[in-house]
Amino acid sequence: MSLAPVTSAIDLAAKPSWRSVKNSIASGLMAAAVLAVATPLVLVLASVIAKGAGVAFHDFPDFFTETVPIVSRRAGPGMGPAILGTLLVTGVATLIAVPLGILGAIYLHEYGARQRFARIVRFMAMVMTGVPSVVMGLFVYVTWTLTFGYSAFGGALALACLMLPVVIGTTEQMLKLVPDHLREASFALGAGKARTILSIVVPAALPGIVSGALLAVARAAGETAPLMFAVGAATAYNGHVFGGANTALSVQIFGNATSSFAAAQDRAWGAALTLLMLTFLVTLVARIVTARVQSKR
Amino acid sequence: MVATPASPASPASPASSKAPVTARPLHAAPVPVARPSAADMLSVAEPVFEIADLEVYYGKFRAVRNVNMTIRKHQITAFIGPSGCGKTTVLRCMNRMNDLVAGARVGGTLRYHGVDLYDPQVSATEVRRRIGMVFQKPNPFPKSIYDNVAYGPRLSGIRDRAKLDEIVETSLRAAALWDEVKDRLRDSALGMSGGQQQRLCIARTVAVEPEVVLMDEPCSALDPIATARIEELMRELVSRFTIVIVTHNMQQAARVSDTTAFFTAELDPSADRRCGLLVEFGATSKLFSNPQDERTENYITGRFG
Repeated sequence: MSLAPVTSAIDLAAKPSWRSVKNSIASGLMAAAVLAVATPLVLVLASVIAKGAGVAFHDFPDFFTETVPIVSRRAGPGMGPAILGTLLVTGVATLIAVPLGILGAIYLHEYGARQRFARIVRFMAMVMTGVPSVVMGLFVYVTWTLTFGYSAFGGALALACLMLPVVIGTTEQMLKLVPDHLREASFALGAGKARTILSIVVPAALPGIVSGALLAVARAAGETAPLMFAVGAATAYNGHVFGGANTALSVQIFGNATSSFAAAQDRAWGAALTLLMLTFLVTLVARIVTARVQSKR
Repeated sequence: MVATPASPASPASPASSKAPVTARPLHAAPVPVARPSAADMLSVAEPVFEIADLEVYYGKFRAVRNVNMTIRKHQITAFIGPSGCGKTTVLRCMNRMNDLVAGARVGGTLRYHGVDLYDPQVSATEVRRRIGMVFQKPNPFPKSIYDNVAYGPRLSGIRDRAKLDEIVETSLRAAALWDEVKDRLRDSALGMSGGQQQRLCIARTVAVEPEVVLMDEPCSALDPIATARIEELMRELVSRFTIVIVTHNMQQAARVSDTTAFFTAELDPSADRRCGLLVEFGATSKLFSNPQDERTENYITGRFG
């Protein structure tokens, strides 16, 4: 059924008003802000890909498997030991910091709540977020490296110290977002506190907790200063976590980029691209795994 | 029966006050019994809760006082009254949910089958397994329909797949939800309608086989059709459980309950704040047709509240 056209006295068309002008200005400002944020991001990504792709994918997969040339002015691959080193150091750091951070946040939010001790811990964690990574590297250098020498584990310790406050902070925020009525529902069925936290609260907050952990991992993977203190800059593969100097992509990027030889600078670009891809890959895998776990329940 | 301070629960014979600590009848499993006819049930059925001079404080503020009543087995007891009169507060004392509120404190006695629920030896967890609760807002867990119902049984250590399947089915049937969800037990419970979610919460509560089901305005977030279904459900469930329901809806209390407690709020001279109290407690038919207290009459006839 269609309505017959009529001319009406009521005019519903939009009229120019100060309100609509304000709306356009605000929308324009927001679009400009997005552009301002996105521009450097895109430029960085573009230049890393432009300068790094040729190096990293030349004679694939040599760049990702060959050892670092001892004589840095010689052209050619690769970054194999640095990839292994970054995986080792960041992996061990994640193993230390993520469980500790999540457990700490659970204590702070579910058990400590407003107690004095919890407040102090929360404050210290916040302060720790602001500690420069160089200072953390120096700390590990003094307490660990001077005694036990260079090792991947020393670097992992420094990175774990940097990750811990991030994991604690984000996890606690996520636990705060779990509505109390879910806790009540669990208690009303006769569940204890530990059971409620494990079966209801943590699963409900899981996607956020994983995001927080990923943020911390991504940040740690790019850290350079603490690793130079604790890990060293080896050129050969070293699969040992505790023994001997190791290396990492970030350390290699710094070393090669500051070198005066063009071949080394090329390798730095290749390593930068490799690090970007690695971080992207880890994030992707973690997201997929969380989605799987979520849909299973 | 007008509530007076010395009413039902007070016969504190030495036996009933002494026995609980040693005998711990809290561990006795609830046995479903056939429902006696409505007439003789009111005074004859076994008391489940005996409440005497109950008062509840939140910090320094006294929220409710003078609560004396006996809640009997296989009956629906309704708590009615205006907002802020302490209905929900009293209900939440009956399975120790008020323990979760910081600063909540209980005075007087609240006995469940003779055991003082606030005895330091009584575990709130044990209490809540026997006395379940359905909340005002449907609060399913962000899990599948199946896992929502299986949560309680799994808590008590049931891992056997077939056994869990059976419990889930019977519980969902008891909540009149089975036919609607049997093909999507693995779907998230959050995708259901409000009425379905509330029936799921009832199924979840029923699945742990409690003796008592406390309902805190279970229909206030639902439309009339969903409300009617839940009321019908309550009438079915009362043959297996003892039900206590808080409601703002007097018609609902009149429709479903056997016994009604009318609460109101009055100015507490000592604190200069309004404090809830129990005004009248008795058979629903009597309370609505022939209220003993003027305040009850004013409320149910709509002159107040």
